[in-house]
Amino acid sequence: MIRFDLNGADVTVDAPPTERLSWTLRERLGKTGTKVGCDAGDCGACTVLLDGAAVCACLTPSARVAGRRVTTIEGETPELVRLRAAFHAFGAAQCGICTPGMLLTAADLLARNDRPSEAEVEVALGGVLCRCTGYRSIIAAVVAAGQGRLPNLDSVDDGVGASIGRLDGAAKVAGDSFGADDWPEGALVVAAVRSPHPHAAFVIGDLAAFRARPGVTAVHTAADIPGLNAFSVIPPFADQPAIAPSPARFRGECVALVAFEPDVEPDLSGFPITWTQLAFLASPEAAENGPPIHPNRPGNLLVQGRVVKGDAATALATSAHVVDGVMTTGFVEHAYIEPEAGAAWMEGDTLVIRACTQAPGMDRADTAAILGLPLDRVRIIPAATGGGFGSKLDISLQPLIGLVTLKSGRPSRMTYSRHESMISTTKRHPAEMQGRIGCDAEGRITGMEFEGRFDTGAYSSWGPTVANRVPVHASGPYLTPAISATARAIHTHGPVSGAFRGFGVPQGALWQETLYDRLADKAGIDRLEFRLRNALRDGDASATGQVLRAVGIHECLLALKPHWTRALTEARGQTGLGQTGQNQTNRGVGIAACWYGCGNTALPNPSTIRIGLSPRGEVVLHQGATDIGQGSNTVISQIAATALGLPLAAFRLVGPDTALTPDAGKTSASRQTFVTGRAAKAAAEALRARILRRANAGDGAVLSLDGPVLVARHLGLTARVDLAQLPTDAHGLCLTAEATYDPPTAPLDADGQGAPYAVYGYGAQMVELEVDQALGTVRLLKITAAHDVGRAINPMLARGQIEGGIAQGIGMALMEEYLPARTENLHDYLIPTFGDVPPIESLLIEVPDPEGPYGAKGLGEHVLIPTAPAILNAIRHATGAEITRVPALPHRVKEALTVAQNSSPKNFGALGDEGGP
Amino acid sequence: MPDFARPQTLADALRIRGEGGWRVLAGGTDLYPGAGRSLAGPILDLSAVAGLSGLQPGPELRIGAATPWTVLAEADLPRGLAALQQAAREVGGRQVQNAGTLGGNLCNASPAADGVPPLLVVGAEVELASPLGLRRIGLDAFLVGPRRTALRTDEVLTAVVIPQHGLRGRSAFVKLGARTHLVISIAMVAARVEVEAGRIVAAAISVGSCSPVAVRLPVVEAALVGSRLADAAARIDARAVQAALSPIDDVRATADYRRSAAVELVRCAVTKALG
Repeated sequence: MIRFDLNGADVTVDAPPTERLSWTLRERLGKTGTKVGCDAGDCGACTVLLDGAAVCACLTPSARVAGRRVTTIEGETPELVRLRAAFHAFGAAQCGICTPGMLLTAADLLARNDRPSEAEVEVALGGVLCRCTGYRSIIAAVVAAGQGRLPNLDSVDDGVGASIGRLDGAAKVAGDSFGADDWPEGALVVAAVRSPHPHAAFVIGDLAAFRARPGVTAVHTAADIPGLNAFSVIPPFADQPAIAPSPARFRGECVALVAFEPDVEPDLSGFPITWTQLAFLASPEAAENGPPIHPNRPGNLLVQGRVVKGDAATALATSAHVVDGVMTTGFVEHAYIEPEAGAAWMEGDTLVIRACTQAPGMDRADTAAILGLPLDRVRIIPAATGGGFGSKLDISLQPLIGLVTLKSGRPSRMTYSRHESMISTTKRHPAEMQGRIGCDAEGRITGMEFEGRFDTGAYSSWGPTVANRVPVHASGPYLTPAISATARAIHTHGPVSGAFRGFGVPQGALWQETLYDRLADKAGIDRLEFRLRNALRDGDASATGQVLRAVGIHECLLALKPHWTRALTEARGQTGLGQTGQNQTNRGVGIAACWYGCGNTALPNPSTIRIGLSPRGEVVLHQGATDIGQGSNTVISQIAATALGLPLAAFRLVGPDTALTPDAGKTSASRQTFVTGRAAKAAAEALRARILRRANAGDGAVLSLDGPVLVARHLGLTARVDLAQLPTDAHGLCLTAEATYDPPTAPLDADGQGAPYAVYGYGAQMVELEVDQALGTVRLLKITAAHDVGRAINPMLARGQIEGGIAQGIGMALMEEYLPARTENLHDYLIPTFGDVPPIESLLIEVPDPEGPYGAKGLGEHVLIPTAPAILNAIRHATGAEITRVPALPHRVKEALTVAQNSSPKNFGALGDEGGP
Repeated sequence: MPDFARPQTLADALRIRGEGGWRVLAGGTDLYPGAGRSLAGPILDLSAVAGLSGLQPGPELRIGAATPWTVLAEADLPRGLAALQQAAREVGGRQVQNAGTLGGNLCNASPAADGVPPLLVVGAEVELASPLGLRRIGLDAFLVGPRRTALRTDEVLTAVVIPQHGLRGRSAFVKLGARTHLVISIAMVAARVEVEAGRIVAAAISVGSCSPVAVRLPVVEAALVGSRLADAAARIDARAVQAALSPIDDVRATADYRRSAAVELVRCAVTKALG
């Protein structure tokens, strides 16, 4: 028995002495506010205080806390109280999975140093990873908590345009309930047997003996799947088994499931399976010339996307200046701090699954199809989701725990290990890109040829989307009269490449924006001026022939211009002392821009929102848009409140829950603020109209709630509606409205011509950095980001998106590369830490789109796109080194520096007004 | 046989260790990654053994093997140990520094162990206890290969001892990685210099992550002796540095890059130690 002080209470627990304290706290003591991200001390999510000192609970033997004091997020200390308030006020919690560890680490700091500086906060919290915020808001929050000075948030009554705190913020700073944190009593524990090989045949031996092991309740293989053992996020491409029959097609693929009694530690050792490794296709190049992984896809071609407009070859042949170049990117892991987790149980004959997700409606359809159930027998309840960034659009454990529960009738649960999460879920597509861009003597773009080959891995996932999105966006936000752009998604035996913030567009932008810098130099034009000269304007036709409106790229570039001038002046001739104390660091400034279509590409993607009044006088918002940290709970509510004309304080949110909330589609493609926001606006306006009719009040009436009485005042008249007296519907609402919005798009023809998106967002970022010439290391100094959001529904949350997207862009540019079998953990796979994200100045540009709610455009993915190319452009500006493969790890930068130093001297971005090195 | 023991005295710890088959647990930061819910036993937990943690100043400095990084980082130590203190601030995050121990870092014997180069430049010795008594050997003799030490199965590492001459002078530590915090180094260097009348009179340099075990650079060190401070960096011969190293390609960097970076880091560490 281990006896200790837990948050001020004397507790005794019977646990094995070396059991991880994280397990003891969560599973034996119910303190699930302690989150587990890696079980290896790499992420810090499980940080607790042991006698006031931060430790990773996952690395702490439970016996060691005997007689000592343990503080978890469920505790209350003076430091935690201040920090919770500060995190809320600064938007320092997004998805909330790292927040408990962050808060406790900061509490340790404040107890030692009650007024820490930014630098002290950065170092003290450096052991905790966050994938959402980009860290800057966390630093600001901790510094402010030390100083006891918090900013005043806008009132929740202020509606659209107000920087209000997240509506789910209190839960985030208290230790929210994620997929791993809630399960029915007696839930079986499910573990997956996974392929250790990229391509291997297997034979499962005698299962009877394994099934007879103590604690094993069931073993399931592909043969046990009752429905269609093939899924895809795009149903016509359904090709991925939930449990694979032989052969396994990628390392990490699930080939069998074992369910264990709840009191047993799952042990898969000795599982009777014999593997025979098969030749595997490791690269798209090999795959295009190799045997098809899927018989109906010769050349392993999943999809080729194509956009052709004008005669690019002729345009290039007659251009004053032409540049050609290549760019290569690798697999990028989403590395959300929450590994996949969830639980399943039966309610009558309905299978209920509560798990992390970005797409409850798709989870429901896929799970029902795999399990052979009608749709109405599957209910998906999204848990708080600890980051997704695209990967949690695809089902992971839903059909697995669903199968166990369906077959056994017993509740079950599953929590992926970090390793399992990394090897089995989707990645950003590696890309090999090449092509040419030309301009005339005045620097106006004449034509572009682009060819991209994307490694889509073993199964389809979002490969078709990437192949289609990339050519559509290949031009960047620039007028390109003639273009030929193709992107091929090629199957390999690599990890499944799926959706990752930007669907391939960040890769394409790396190619296009780095070539733009070289082209600007050739044309002898300042790099920002070159972009301004070519920036799309209202009335211009895009590469797909779509006539654009509400184009904000000019405004973004213009907003950066004074910063650009300042930064170039500061960088001019700036060399500094490197680590060796010699003159060897060079300052550089880079710029890159983006555009990005919001919503599905030329496909329907409706959202439906229901809103009503309860007899108690609440505004009940059935909000089915999954908030994975980006803020849709708050933003959709702000839109609804403004459209309805009632204060947010009166709102109660329901959902998401496929049994309760209408389908608001997936949290993907930067669509929720725009598409679900439009649905919310329409629903709220319809409800308002019903209210006004009921109250016999005019359009301009001011509404308020006085307990259960709705009050409408207009032109000196006051009407009162006693909601408690009205009949209620099946949802318990007395006045209600529902609305659906589906963005108007037009399909793309064989040349990729059409109107694929109803709304586009725009942005441009400027990076200032210095490069150590001797070591090839890059130190970021500042990033200035101008993003046209149409209308900032919540400026604080918008800035949070920008900072978080930039952090992921930094990772993609400088350190992130997933290598199967080599970087399957969070110490070999590097994501940015506290010290890797420089100060960020966000400039919110508002060019309202007539299609968006109150003019709003999407933002979530745009923010990542310009960062990596702006970094590469700044490296080139600083040193002349041209990086054509990311991540630009120090050894790659060093190699590029050597090439640059050995080639004939050039003038990089070196016009008079630019001042190169 | 029980699968867990947490003795209070060294004598008990040694008796249990002597039974054979025990895995020694100190801070836990290297044992838990890769483990299940609990550590696979039997586990001999040294955290309660009296006298195993903490610093004992004297003519030579004795550092208890179970001393956590945070204690080292925050102690008031001679400037010859500045490199060790800097390394202590860069081992993982604060959480790992609060739990992880210096002795554990040495026994784990990773080629990228942050504690090793700073200890090699101060001529550290390790104190090994067994039922037969104590023995002291140089750290360079203790580390025999990647993940391999001279620790016998009946022994416990009880202390790291810094001889008096190792406390002299000033030292610096530089660690290179692709990100700022939570870095497993591409390469790292510790340097310690002693200066009299504007000239270097003694120098010690060690490079980690560029060979199976971190190494000293005696040729480079010798070339620095007699140097004026301003000339020191220039006296560091790239070929002499590289001749001592045998780096490999891995996910963090290429061997070629490590060779070239190590030279820069040696210059950097020496410059910082002189600064």
